[in-house]
Amino acid sequence: MNDNLILLPIILQLALALVLLFFWSRTKWQRIGSIVGNAAFLLVSIVLFIKVQKEGILYTQAGNWDAPYGITFVADLFSASMLVITALSGLAVSIFAAGSMSRRRSLFVFFPIYHFLLMGISGSFVAGDLFNLYVWFELIIVASFGLITLGGGRRQLEGALKYVTLNLIASILFLTGIAFLYGLTGTLNMAHIAQKIPQIENEGLITVTALMFFIGLGIKTAVFPMYFWLPASYHTPLSAISAIFGGLLTKVGVYALFRVFSLFFLPDSFTATVITAVAALTLIMGAMGALIQKDVRKLFSWLIVCHIGFMIAGLGIYSSVALAGAIFYLFHDIIVKTNLFMISGLVHKLTGTFKLKKLGGLYTQYPKITFLIAIPLFSLVGIPPLSGFWPKLLLIQGGLEVQEYLIIGAIVLGSFVTLATIAKFWLEVIWKEYPGSDYPKHFIPFSELNWTQKAYYTLPIAILALVSLYFAFGVEFVVNIVNQIAYDLMNPEQYIRVILPDQ
Amino acid sequence: MTTLILRTASVYLMPLLLLFSVFILLRGHYLPGGGFVGGLIASIALVVYGYANGINQIKSFLRFHPGALIPTGVSLSLISGLLPMFAGKPFMTNLWLDGTYPIIGQPGTALIFDTGVYFVVVGTALTIIFSIAEDNEK
Amino acid sequence: MEVILAIIVGFMYAAGIYLILRRSLVKLIIGLIILGNGVNLLLFLLGGITKGHPPVIGESETFLAGVYADPLPQALILTAIIIIFGLQSFAMIFLQQEYVQGGVEDLDSIKEEEEEK
Repeated sequence: MNDNLILLPIILQLALALVLLFFWSRTKWQRIGSIVGNAAFLLVSIVLFIKVQKEGILYTQAGNWDAPYGITFVADLFSASMLVITALSGLAVSIFAAGSMSRRRSLFVFFPIYHFLLMGISGSFVAGDLFNLYVWFELIIVASFGLITLGGGRRQLEGALKYVTLNLIASILFLTGIAFLYGLTGTLNMAHIAQKIPQIENEGLITVTALMFFIGLGIKTAVFPMYFWLPASYHTPLSAISAIFGGLLTKVGVYALFRVFSLFFLPDSFTATVITAVAALTLIMGAMGALIQKDVRKLFSWLIVCHIGFMIAGLGIYSSVALAGAIFYLFHDIIVKTNLFMISGLVHKLTGTFKLKKLGGLYTQYPKITFLIAIPLFSLVGIPPLSGFWPKLLLIQGGLEVQEYLIIGAIVLGSFVTLATIAKFWLEVIWKEYPGSDYPKHFIPFSELNWTQKAYYTLPIAILALVSLYFAFGVEFVVNIVNQIAYDLMNPEQYIRVILPDQ
Repeated sequence: MTTLILRTASVYLMPLLLLFSVFILLRGHYLPGGGFVGGLIASIALVVYGYANGINQIKSFLRFHPGALIPTGVSLSLISGLLPMFAGKPFMTNLWLDGTYPIIGQPGTALIFDTGVYFVVVGTALTIIFSIAEDNEK
Repeated sequence: MEVILAIIVGFMYAAGIYLILRRSLVKLIIGLIILGNGVNLLLFLLGGITKGHPPVIGESETFLAGVYADPLPQALILTAIIIIFGLQSFAMIFLQQEYVQGGVEDLDSIKEEEEEK
């Protein structure tokens, strides 16, 4: 089905970014524009999702050039649901940023760059062409470079140095992989590549190319052993920016890995072993790192690394149950990680610090906020029936089916360490008596804000907590969707037939 | 860099180069060339004039900050992509008007897109050069 | 021709990675530039080198006749050059800021300072 609706989320974000650039000096209008625009983005994504669910895979050929010659945009159920999840956390971060980003200088450029970033993310979800996917990835990193250096303190620049360098190397390796694939197949359309790959006799070359993709995308995804840039940089920028980074950026890499490794690099025993081993090591190393952190945002950064392992493990096991679990985890993780970094911003606003040692007394001082924070934290740990529980259940079930006991062990270990770190966070931040540290200079604590400013901080957290609760109690609907996506990924013939009907 | 020869030459060179950049922009319509190269030539014209007569001269000549050209250009390109969607065709499909006109030939949405690229390139190049030049003055 | 290009590409990758692994900020950026140029050359090489004419339809013809070069690698390389150029110019300004604000040129000293905090 040929449909321009697929491009509407991208066009909307681009138009929004441009309008905000024209009104760069009107900070109030920028906030309103960003929130209203992202609400429209959510609406468009939901419409697209319903349409894809009803009519199957949609596509559009940019410039009316037929596949495989032109650039194809495809929206299947996977991309459409990723768009909805992105829109949800994008809207929450918009509201949070509108409240927390009070410095005028940050407001000037933050919102336009933020919408360029969202444009890149939604573009990479609907790209049906490998080079186009690369261009969207570059758009994401250009925008993220702008955001991570925003404000420009000394410490922030040092964090950004690692981020910038590693991401540049990653995109060069990704491009190298694309060059290999173009040399092998002579095409860049993903469906067309999937058709051509089985005809290539030299299987060694395909494995090398597949691993090149795995390394390039793996650095962006922050898997073992290429994750060191993430905990070194994510704790430095402003809270709203780390929220969108922690929630979405690594997950775009996960999405691309799933797409690439299900459509044309079907994992053979060697790549599957590599992926599973990497997943297990990511889980273990991320967990070890998280255990010793003393800073809230560093703790959460290490948890991101640890939980990437869950999704990659699903890809390594590669059965429809495990894939369904991994995709469910992906949805859950985007929402919860965005929320976690917003919570760290809220905690900073409440107490003036990120250090676990100086934090405390949240339960006695702010019981309502404590209750609100508890929902995403417990979801993350996966206390049944909250949203983290179901995907882990599916993953372990998938692992048992193929008798991969090592990876099950890593998954269980990762879950327990998450529980331990969150318990530590709970003890230090919420139950411990408030040590009563001084606020930094020019700091306006939460209690002195007026009613609307308080809403800017708590409303987005509440929205995402509600989404997490929906994942928990509407689990039947989500599992249906996820099973459908996993079925589509395991059987890519449908995808190829829609894009290339003649061949 | 303010030699008499360069200063005199730049006065004549700038309009010539600007005219040539527009020619390249239009020629790229059917033949190799187009917005990107045209934009580069236009920014070279302005930069040569700026180096000969001082960056402030070129700023007063432009009257607005070149950074404003970037969103304008991207908007033009976006509009050229959106137009075919109103005609029920996929995004970015080329639409052509009937008949040819002197100088610009047969106009189509590709020309709007190229003009957008032209503005973006001029805006970006001048913004980079201006900020480096301002850094040096400090 | 292909063999020579392949050797050059390999050499550029090696040189780029070697420079990135050094500790100096300036060598880091030079390494990234060499790596970026290497990948462009690789795209050009893997697109296939054809002895023919450019894929431009002449004024008196209606279709492309004879052996012509694949136009796609050129388009890809042009896009990649612009993107990599943009990223590198950002990285350069950024590293300059890092040098101006931090006053360090050795990457190792940055790491030590962070650990002290």
